[in-house]
Amino acid sequence: MACFLVPAAEAVVTTIITKALESKEQKVEVSLGDKNIEKLETSHFSRKLKWLNNLLWGGSALLAFEHVWHGEVVPWFPFLTAAGNPEDMAEVIHEMSTVGVTMAILVTAVWVGMVVISKTIEKRADVPSVAEVKEG
Amino acid sequence: MTLLITVFAAIIATVVWYKNAPSSKMRIGTLALMYWGASIMWFVDAIYEFIELRDEFFAPAGADMLNDAFLGLSVVALGLIIWLVIVLIKDPKGVVRAALKKNS
Repeated sequence: MACFLVPAAEAVVTTIITKALESKEQKVEVSLGDKNIEKLETSHFSRKLKWLNNLLWGGSALLAFEHVWHGEVVPWFPFLTAAGNPEDMAEVIHEMSTVGVTMAILVTAVWVGMVVISKTIEKRADVPSVAEVKEG
Repeated sequence: MTLLITVFAAIIATVVWYKNAPSSKMRIGTLALMYWGASIMWFVDAIYEFIELRDEFFAPAGADMLNDAFLGLSVVALGLIIWLVIVLIKDPKGVVRAALKKNS
């Protein structure tokens, strides 16, 4: 009924964190020499947070459309058709606390997996292989 | 049905992104992540629906399936529209900016 609101709320928080991190990372870049800039860019955490933002915003937007399709969300106040009835509203809150929270947790878990895999790949790329060392 | 259509859209977008990598000028990665996000969320929705309906979950009515298929295709279209708007606003190739400069 309104399960998409939970990942959407998480998306707002992660977007704010991303913006804050981006401004911090830019400051670090300015204070370092040219050689270090490339290395810093590969470890930018804000870039990885953008993956989570895209997952959450994209998913929430498309799910919101599904709710409009089923007539559960309307473009006028109070936006939720269930808002007029206290019994329906209780069901909405129950769905948000079960389905909505699970959605947010699973999307975040998938993103954590993506970050772990990308860090492993980055580490492998940094360490020269035995063949490369022998050639050098 | 909506979940299946969105998953296929996510797979196609990911393959196109991988084919064009490392160049990400057209922001296909954003489109792929949008579809994957929706797919994960509908997957969770499907699990809760399965817990509630059990065997009925795998035997939907024809009309419901058709409605879900239309919804899935509409979702894919909406995702493409959102992506198109992002590409036109970010204008990675500078085409929109050049066209606006030419007109002014």
